[in-house]
Amino acid sequence: MANTSRLHLPPTPSRPGERPDFSYLQISAAGEVPRPDVNARARDIAALSVEMVRVLDEADDAVGPWHPHLEAEELQVGLRHMMLTRAFDDRMQRNQRAGKISFYMRSLGEEAVAVAQGMALRPGDMLFPSYRNQGLHIVRGMSLVEMMCQLLSNTGDMCKGRQLPVMYHSARQRLFSISGNLATQFPQAVGWAMAAAIKGEDHLAAGWIGEGSSAEADFHQALLFAAVYQAPVILNVVNNQWAISTFQGYAGGEQRSFAARGPGYGIAGIRVDGNDFLAVHAVTQWAAERARTGAGPTLIELVTYRAAAHSTSDDPSRYRAKDDYAHWPLGDPIERLKRHLIKHGGWSEERHRALQGELEATVAASWKEAVTHGTLNEGPRLDPDLMFEDVFKEMPANLERQRQAMRAERSGESWRK
Amino acid sequence: MNLVQALNSAMDVMLGRDPSVVLMGEDIGYFGGVFRVTEGLQRKYGEHRVLDTPIAEGGIVATAIGMAVNGLRPVAEIQFADYIYPGFDQIASELARLRYRSAGDFHAPVTIRTPCGGGIRGGQTHSQSPESIFTHVCGLKVVMPSNPYDAKGLLISAIEDDDPVIFFEPKRLYNGPFDGDPGKPAVPWSTHPKGEVPEGHYRVPIAKAEVVRPGSDLTIISYGTMVHVAQAAAAAQGIDAEIIDLRSLSPLDEETICASVCKTGRCVIAHEATRFSGFGAELTAIVQEHCFWNLLAPIQRVTGWDTPYPHAFEWEYFPNQARFAAAFRVAMESA
Repeated sequence: MANTSRLHLPPTPSRPGERPDFSYLQISAAGEVPRPDVNARARDIAALSVEMVRVLDEADDAVGPWHPHLEAEELQVGLRHMMLTRAFDDRMQRNQRAGKISFYMRSLGEEAVAVAQGMALRPGDMLFPSYRNQGLHIVRGMSLVEMMCQLLSNTGDMCKGRQLPVMYHSARQRLFSISGNLATQFPQAVGWAMAAAIKGEDHLAAGWIGEGSSAEADFHQALLFAAVYQAPVILNVVNNQWAISTFQGYAGGEQRSFAARGPGYGIAGIRVDGNDFLAVHAVTQWAAERARTGAGPTLIELVTYRAAAHSTSDDPSRYRAKDDYAHWPLGDPIERLKRHLIKHGGWSEERHRALQGELEATVAASWKEAVTHGTLNEGPRLDPDLMFEDVFKEMPANLERQRQAMRAERSGESWRK
Repeated sequence: MNLVQALNSAMDVMLGRDPSVVLMGEDIGYFGGVFRVTEGLQRKYGEHRVLDTPIAEGGIVATAIGMAVNGLRPVAEIQFADYIYPGFDQIASELARLRYRSAGDFHAPVTIRTPCGGGIRGGQTHSQSPESIFTHVCGLKVVMPSNPYDAKGLLISAIEDDDPVIFFEPKRLYNGPFDGDPGKPAVPWSTHPKGEVPEGHYRVPIAKAEVVRPGSDLTIISYGTMVHVAQAAAAAQGIDAEIIDLRSLSPLDEETICASVCKTGRCVIAHEATRFSGFGAELTAIVQEHCFWNLLAPIQRVTGWDTPYPHAFEWEYFPNQARFAAAFRVAMESA
């Protein structure tokens, strides 16, 4: 037989018209994966990077060593944050379709990632989100009105009209400015954590990227610098299976789990059911304790599913099976926590329905308020003069001249003498 | 002091005055840097203030940004300007625009030091002058000193600046001024008035050019190594040149430039970098916009050729006094 090399093309499990197929997914049983000591050495716990930490089982019970034993009230808060995230997303999606905002990105199906992780960290910890972690902003208490004003680029926009929708930030709430250039925040989070260690503070940094952008050099440099300096950082890869139309196999997920990159660099890598609120919370708390006790960084792969389109500019029916999310083996994060709370946390269908109605009303009222600061086409508008501010701390002479020129241009006069 | 010692002194002063200043880069710690610019600083300030890093320019810039967001003032060394490109996305997309995109909520006071330019037999990967790539990025300050006194004062200003600064160090000038003639014996900075460098803290302002020699025949606008070559060339040709050392390329001191060219009516622009889309093109445009009615001759550019920097033909590539002389001829004769 001829000894000819062949290019391998990672398979995509199901395309339009095909049956959704998730047989590729390696899933551990709930409660099955051991929970090592937080000070365990990365090399001794490499198995965590290929198994899958899960707490909620098929019967909606919380089982095994990773059970975080959170109070029912806290879990109800988590449920509320996830439901609010989804209600906000739904409304913003419809607003985009109605032409009220230019662009939006939902986190449908991934709500447990941002909400459980955000809740497991402390207010002093610095978060470096990607564009699909709006649950972090909700957990940290950013107001819906503030977020909506950003989406509208109106007079209440925290970015002063300079960023695409969803690129929120808040220094006060320790939410770093979101970048449209993928993965850049990952090594920045490591640098922030290095500074915390240099200053002798016990705050940690956490960064998020998708599995697709883990292909960028920034991901690898983040892991390298985190490993070299044992920085107090949590590096999260949200594996939602899709980078727009490209299946995770093309980011290297076919040959090895994303969490398994960790041990390769000498970092603890851990793979977790990203739709299991309890497991995500427990794993994040474990990683945070590692970071705070000087045991070093952790790479967490959160296995989840991008149930919605990549963005409002995307149509997934052109590249993947239509009813795929209904077959996703890890279920829906809100449904799973809801069922668990109905069984164990004093929750009920009635309370759930009531909460849903309350949250939708909150979102609607917030939108009403947000548009008083201006909409895409009407109402108050940001002063275009703002375009020239914040390029530098102090405006240099050439920018001041250009600002004058723009003013003259807008007033219809020639700015030349 | 020579230029290396002046830069070392600037960082020594700043490490001593401000606990938030940290240095980072390849080989800069224990070893003191391949050009010895950070020599002794790790020993004096400790391994947490002067960090050796992996060979990953993107990672160096990115972690410096993160550190700066967390209250430090990192001074990152990129070992050669030729190596800066893996860090370009973090510089151009992140560092330069963080203040802007977050409407001032976040900023990153990072200084990036990097040796540039040729004349040291570095070939095409150790001789580049990529300054115009960075002057084209909004939100960056770009400086290049031509002597030890300015180097120290500008570096202190850069470290204290709340905006990111790309600090180019013309490495041919590290040990002495250079008039463009490699055949002559090396001259140490101790023979030059700008080799006189105070020990303590002082600033040379960013965005301020210096007229290093007043004159009436023509204006030479230059920076870095070419300031010295220009001076020697003008002297050799008997031209009473007004020579401007820009020191800062961005923001640019347009007033000093335009006042001089409007006075002399003739202008030669000189840089070591390649010609096409080089910084000289911007200078030419600014001069003609503001001094057109005072110009007596076409603006001339003295630059490197539009080729990579060749190892074997270094001195045919390097903008030398003969190239200046040709430019002077056109600038002076066509009146």
